[in-house]
Amino acid sequence: MSLTILEVERIARLARLEVTPAEVEISCQQLNGIFSLIEALKAVDTAGIEPMAHAQDACLRLRADEVIYRDEDGTARALFQSLAPEAENGLYLVPKVIE
Amino acid sequence: MNAWEIVIGLETHAQLATRSKIFSGASTAFGAAANTQASPIDLALPGVLPVLNKGAVECAIRFGLAVEATVAEKSVFERKNYFYPDLPKGYQISQFELPIVQGGHLNIMVGQGEKSYEKRIRLTRAHLEEDAGKSLHEDFHGRSGIDLNRAGMALLEIVSEPDMRSAEEAVAYAKALHALVRWIGICDGNMQEGSFRCDANVSVRRPGASLGTRREIKNLNSFRYLKEAIEFETRWQIETLEDGGSFEQATVLFDPATGKTRAMRSKEDAHDYRYFPDPDLLPLFIAAEWIERERAALPELPVAKRQRFISDYGLSAYDAATLTASLEMADYFEATVRASNPAAAKLCANWVMVDLAARLKREDREISEAAVSAAQLGGLVARIADGTISNAIGKKVFDALWMGDGVNADEIIAKQGLKQITDSDAIEKLVNDALAANPGSVSEYRAGKEKAFNALVGQVMQAAKGKANPQQVSELLRQKLSTN
Repeated sequence: MSLTILEVERIARLARLEVTPAEVEISCQQLNGIFSLIEALKAVDTAGIEPMAHAQDACLRLRADEVIYRDEDGTARALFQSLAPEAENGLYLVPKVIE
Repeated sequence: MNAWEIVIGLETHAQLATRSKIFSGASTAFGAAANTQASPIDLALPGVLPVLNKGAVECAIRFGLAVEATVAEKSVFERKNYFYPDLPKGYQISQFELPIVQGGHLNIMVGQGEKSYEKRIRLTRAHLEEDAGKSLHEDFHGRSGIDLNRAGMALLEIVSEPDMRSAEEAVAYAKALHALVRWIGICDGNMQEGSFRCDANVSVRRPGASLGTRREIKNLNSFRYLKEAIEFETRWQIETLEDGGSFEQATVLFDPATGKTRAMRSKEDAHDYRYFPDPDLLPLFIAAEWIERERAALPELPVAKRQRFISDYGLSAYDAATLTASLEMADYFEATVRASNPAAAKLCANWVMVDLAARLKREDREISEAAVSAAQLGGLVARIADGTISNAIGKKVFDALWMGDGVNADEIIAKQGLKQITDSDAIEKLVNDALAANPGSVSEYRAGKEKAFNALVGQVMQAAKGKANPQQVSELLRQKLSTN
């Protein structure tokens, strides 16, 4: 399996990455290099082996249903919003999105 | 030959009644100031890690048990990738290939009274995921405002099979599901606040044909909108096809103001979510013991309660279904029966479903806000059952109880002198008086006019101020009219 230039452009668009035609070219070669490694892995017989959902063979830890984050007076909000390009009345402002 | 079959499947998002969010310790309380319940995890600040809320898993297990589904021993959280500012990570944590609840079904009652029928709707799955924030589009000088308080709230997305064949069935399913999630205490069901919302997948086909192209109506947050949207959409699809046209699979929005649906996302934007297991979260394992603990904690479920109402109280299937529409209603009914007696269960059912329901509807109240308690209503029904008062006088007593004119039916009956006249001498006198005063009705009755009989009964009851035992009155009247 190998990727085409068109596919790489599409993935870049979905991931909101701005890439130049030269970068698409390089990315395509590098990604196909990775695919060749995957091809090698695919040669291994995995019949009857359950796919792993995670590289670590462990199970998820859970937390109790308790509220431990509090910001009633908006102190933390003010701090976080100082990092945002724009904020107003406690809201983050973004370019208009409407469907 | 012009028949079309409508095929509907629903995807329902139930916001789980957890105190904190699904992957962060921020509060889920409704109505807080914008972004004061958005923790660094909900904001997707660099370096944060999600930790799953045990309470959300408990809710999902309970739901799985309530719909007789398989609760997966192992389920996996995945990233659903898409860019939208109300989702700061650029992906939603959801479940895809291995959801926590698999299969299951819900039995629904469709229609009213004798025309009602029961139907089993199969469920495909239910999975845990996080909610997105809210976008506000007004008043920000051409910008959108983002409130992330809702981002990260725990949702259970419940997906049905395309088993519904009409808007009515879809609404019946949505209502049954709504009642169930509240019944088992996993969702408050508040539709105005968005705690329970439906997406409807709608298509039409000729009977026996394979499934037609479907369009998905998004975010329906009332049963009325659900019905109107499906009705409009199916009409539109049928008309389009009958005019020789066609349409593509699409996502549409319902506009309550116009009653119409309109396409929302264009094809270029077609989503490619690129799901993959979230490396921040390990697989979720649920031990059999945990499932059994949740099973033991479940209340008696609607279907079981319905069966019990039919077998223990002799109620019809329809009455039993109506009374188990919510846990509050079922509890109220049973408390009423306890306060009267089991033999009067059918009478209790009528009073709860007819008189109480009408009064609640008129005053726009919930059953929990009823001004007459179940104990009071039970006391009232007991007096009707033992013949102390007639059903008609019972309505008077009910009104008095509702207005707070007495603490119980007995007090009101005594205070207002409503005790039924069962003394046969007294009734005979009333009947004789009525016959003497209404010779016209008497001769009309003898000429074969049955209506004249009712007029005479009315006269007697009026003279008795409604307190005469109606059965005794009619028996005596018939007797007198046939012998005299």
